[in-house]
Amino acid sequence: MSHSMEYNKRLHRRHRADRRFKYYGMAAIAFALAFLAFFFVDIIGKAMPAFQQAYIQVPISYNAKIKDNYNKAITRNYRYLVSRSYLRSLPKKLVEHPELLGTTEQTWVLASYRVDQYIKGHDGHGLKKKYRPHVDEMFANDKIELRFNTLFFTHGDSKMAETAGVLAAAVGSILVLLITMAVAVPIGVMTAIYLEEFAPDNRFTQAIEVNINNLAAIPSILYGLLGLAVFINIVGVPRSSALAGGLTLALMTLPVIIITTRAALRSIPDNIRDAAYGLGASNLQTVWHHVLPLAFPGILTGSIIGLAQAMGETAPLLIVGMMAYIPEAPSGIFDATTVLPAQIYTWSSESIRAFEERTAAGIIVLLTVLLSLNALAVWLRNRTQKTW
Amino acid sequence: MTSSKNISIRDLKLWYKDAQALHGIDLEIAHNKVTAFIGPSGCGKSTLLRCLNRMNDRIPNCRIDGNILIDDKNIYDADIDVVQLRARVGMVFQKPNPFPKTIYENVAYAPRIHGIVNDGPKMDELVEYSLTRAGLWNEVKDKLQEPGTALSGGQQQRLCIARTIAVKPEIILMDEPCSALDPIATAKIEELIDELKKEFTIIIVTHSMQQAARVSDNTAFFYLGKLIEFGETRDIFTKPKEQQTEDYITGRFG
Repeated sequence: MSHSMEYNKRLHRRHRADRRFKYYGMAAIAFALAFLAFFFVDIIGKAMPAFQQAYIQVPISYNAKIKDNYNKAITRNYRYLVSRSYLRSLPKKLVEHPELLGTTEQTWVLASYRVDQYIKGHDGHGLKKKYRPHVDEMFANDKIELRFNTLFFTHGDSKMAETAGVLAAAVGSILVLLITMAVAVPIGVMTAIYLEEFAPDNRFTQAIEVNINNLAAIPSILYGLLGLAVFINIVGVPRSSALAGGLTLALMTLPVIIITTRAALRSIPDNIRDAAYGLGASNLQTVWHHVLPLAFPGILTGSIIGLAQAMGETAPLLIVGMMAYIPEAPSGIFDATTVLPAQIYTWSSESIRAFEERTAAGIIVLLTVLLSLNALAVWLRNRTQKTW
Repeated sequence: MTSSKNISIRDLKLWYKDAQALHGIDLEIAHNKVTAFIGPSGCGKSTLLRCLNRMNDRIPNCRIDGNILIDDKNIYDADIDVVQLRARVGMVFQKPNPFPKTIYENVAYAPRIHGIVNDGPKMDELVEYSLTRAGLWNEVKDKLQEPGTALSGGQQQRLCIARTIAVKPEIILMDEPCSALDPIATAKIEELIDELKKEFTIIIVTHSMQQAARVSDNTAFFYLGKLIEFGETRDIFTKPKEQQTEDYITGRFG
């Protein structure tokens, strides 16, 4: 019985160790969740104001002087409160609508970012003291109001914070992603199929395998240098273009796709291959008819995760010149282009306060796209998963 | 005994990397008979079986020397197409491995890729014929569109046999076909083997002495990559010539 007491003590200790480990795990998860919650609350809190933009009702007089100096359309006390990009558009408007000449009308126009920030109560709004009572009064009289910020989604970048939007970057991201997908997925999947199902297992293929694994671990900025050297300097792809960025990201994504595809193929039990080969199926038939359909969900998931990673990548694109000021959405793959993460970075380094909330809003847009891609991956995997 | 329909294995040696697994096997396997390969684990019986349809080709670092003649033609000759060979020499594996497709598709797959019949009534006929020959038709005729993997283990193995005979092979290799099955399913497969030997040359690898005694006409006993004794099953089990054979079949092997 003395032995049994010793045993019970040990048993008790073992159970305690079990429980302790469980608590450590739970604490780690709680810690991670707390970070995530803080991140989301902070970002969403900062981004929310960006989805609203101040508009102001001012008298605009269409007179002949506008053609040479658009500032003449508005009296001095209002001029400072109105977005300059609106005033700039007036000469063109007058040419298109000559009947407006000589009229004056009360018009709702985009307010300047200073008014916008002041109305939202942000520090560092930059609105001069002498205008503040005026603006306060207009706001009280409903001459200034906050509206949903459609401009953010319909405009590209701008030096005037009130008209800066994500459209150009979003279109750029889509173009880049399409090129990356078109290049990396077929090449990566076919490479993986060849290595896993066709290639003999020898020194040469082992060396290739080691190198692919190494490539996946290379800092992404080096891919930018490779892209610069190969695609821009040798092949002559235009700098800053979606093509240059897409090809560079394709290089970076290839190892990820190859590795995940190989893992998916390797997870298919060999007895399926035995069955097909035993019946006289050729190598290609075995892979195409039996292995690939089973590996498909895994390949799909791996590809989407790889592409999502590419979409959030900034460093290699810096090198190929995509950290650029792009006010217009690119109309083709050879046009100068920027992408969402690069746009976020550009805004984050702006000194004007109004760009801070746009940075957060840009992050929200990027996160939404990435989370949607991941959700799509999960959904497709569940849909195509074969039970057997 | 030396009709050209037999399978002649001549001085077959096989290495996995540097380890020799088969040491000069000479064996004459009779046409339309059931031949059992027995021996302890690692004796090379499965390896030899997989040489007969060249499944060992898939194993890296596997080197083979010697001849296997089927219809007087060495299957290791350069002009032999393994795809064609495997249509002539079918194989049933240890673990039932139906494709994760419908029962119908499992049977129709091989005839289709070999262009034996096209889809349509001819294929329906062939599927029914094969499943009937495998003793499975009555159990599955109403659920041909259900997945083959939903069947029981014994049914799956018979589906694999049906799938194999659908291409009308001359030879069927069975690698411990009952080792994953219960006694009732095993009995069904053994009955089936008895039935099938009228048409096919069957070679079965088994760990069960009783099974070898029940189903085979001839038995080959292997030990450490060598063929120790080969003869009619009756003789092997009642009056073996070699001491090693006797030790093994009486369970005295150590």
